[in-house]
Amino acid sequence: MTTEQMTGQDESAAPPSDRQDVPVMEVRGLGRQFGAVTALQDVNVALRAGEVTCVVGDNGAGKSVFIKMLCGLIRPSEGEILLDGTPTEFGSPRQARSQGIVAVYQDLAISPLMSLWRNFFMGAEPVKGWGIFQRFDVAYAKEAMQSELEKLGVDLGDPDRAAHTLSGGERQGLAIARALYYGARVLILDEPTSALGVRQSGAVLRLIRRAAQRGTAVVLVTPKPQHAFWVGDRFLVFQRGRLIEDRRSETLTLESLSYLMAGGGEVDELETAIATA
Amino acid sequence: MSLLQLPAFGKERPWVRTAVLRPELGSLVAAALLFIFFSIASSGAMVEIPTIARVLDTAWPYGIIAVAVGLLMISGEFDLSAGVMVGTAGALLGIMATEWGMNLWLALVLSLGICLALGLWNGVLVVWTGLPSFVVTLGTFFGLRGANVALSKYFTGDALIENIDEAAGFDSLHAIVATVFGTAPSDFRISLLWWGGFTLIATWILWRTKIGNWIFATGGDREAARAVGVPVNGTKIGLFMLTAGAAWFVGVSNAVRYTSVQAGQGVGAEFFYIIAAVVGGCRMAGGYGSAVGPAIGALIWGIAFVGIPHAGWNSDWRWAFLGVLLLVSTLINHVVGERVRTVRSG
Repeated sequence: MTTEQMTGQDESAAPPSDRQDVPVMEVRGLGRQFGAVTALQDVNVALRAGEVTCVVGDNGAGKSVFIKMLCGLIRPSEGEILLDGTPTEFGSPRQARSQGIVAVYQDLAISPLMSLWRNFFMGAEPVKGWGIFQRFDVAYAKEAMQSELEKLGVDLGDPDRAAHTLSGGERQGLAIARALYYGARVLILDEPTSALGVRQSGAVLRLIRRAAQRGTAVVLVTPKPQHAFWVGDRFLVFQRGRLIEDRRSETLTLESLSYLMAGGGEVDELETAIATA
Repeated sequence: MSLLQLPAFGKERPWVRTAVLRPELGSLVAAALLFIFFSIASSGAMVEIPTIARVLDTAWPYGIIAVAVGLLMISGEFDLSAGVMVGTAGALLGIMATEWGMNLWLALVLSLGICLALGLWNGVLVVWTGLPSFVVTLGTFFGLRGANVALSKYFTGDALIENIDEAAGFDSLHAIVATVFGTAPSDFRISLLWWGGFTLIATWILWRTKIGNWIFATGGDREAARAVGVPVNGTKIGLFMLTAGAAWFVGVSNAVRYTSVQAGQGVGAEFFYIIAAVVGGCRMAGGYGSAVGPAIGALIWGIAFVGIPHAGWNSDWRWAFLGVLLLVSTLINHVVGERVRTVRSG
């Protein structure tokens, strides 16, 4: 939960051979029904430290249900989630976060009228003092936030400024830095570059790479093949509630990835349908 | 450059930055101007000690509850049952002490328990049903409005419960909640200290504890707060209970002070608390505000309430004043709110 466990690992994360062996997080036979509707079924995936795993697929393919189950926002109806090989259940995002599973959503969970440091520690406020004199350690909060941002090379300026004054990329930076500060071992990012221009997207993708180099298992949901290909080590393709492909980046080209992301076999079906109509 | 960009860009002028960051500043200026205005309009009568005593004595019951209502508003909710809860607390204390012969201290604890349970009811219902708190607490308002009078008539045969001073424990309780300093008309109640203390504690909670951060976060963006693990439901329920507790304190203080309780009291006051909170700079939609602001908002009401007759005007104008005050301050809040929403890419 603290910075200590990360400072040592900075740019020199564990060597590739080691980190292949122990999945940080693993799901087996994971599925979820909403009433009679099956949103996701029989998903088996192992997430490894230092890897960026891209989750791709069409709308309604089950991507968002998948990541929401990883971070404790939705409970699975079947299957199990293993953390370091031990079966685990998350009752809430708070519980998942306490175990190092942190999700950063499209809306970034940033409260616009609150200052940067209040946002940075929202839901995990550092305290000092005891009993009824326990208080929010404001000086520490500002300092800790600044040093974490510096380590990641993110400059947001005055910590007292309200979060609504940040640009889209800066917000992503704040949200990702916050997740890493909490000792995220699994960092789940939901379309972090969807609202950003080229420059800002590049900065955010570099930040994602840096997070992986520090030994975090990153799960990235993105609809943009270029972004996924540049940053991803591995690609999970979902279709109609199933995981249909699990490929490493070495086995793919940008073209084949784009084809998979556009729906793979569905594209052929679509072309046939258009041709025969 | 719009006003609300200043927090980010006001480094070269720190006082501007601080001023814009303080939500209660507007109400402080308004209170000062209003006081000066009525001092002139009343030919100086406003600055005499007895008048100031009346202003403060008018303001404190609204002030204590407005501070709690303000925190609740920052978390994004309303409580329309806070006024009538004052009557509930007083009636409960009165019935227990006069009809059932209970020691006042025991009645104090029991009535607190019941009021907190009513606050819990409000909070749980809002959180579970997802209905607007406006509707839920309006239901509680009418429920209590009926129950207060019906129950006191049932137990005492009257809507007026008297002779609370004959109950055991009266003197010690009176010393704590209703002691007078000075002699009338220059008399000040100990209630003012409770008001000040409560405002300071609320400020401390809001700005310097993690619960305060949760209150801002809950009202600022509930889903965001929930996603990062802020217990938003617990925060809201706790604030509904705090509001009920504040109403309880005012209710029992008044019961002991006047030694009698009018079971119908408090009806209509719920709007004063909301007005005081809004005038004090709390954002109606939540996420922004302070605890000092609502206290100043209540003070403004006290200044107007006492100042209008001192200025020689018909006291019916008080209500018109209140209407104008609400409209103007909501308008200011709204304009500020709009700016906050439009200035995004700093």
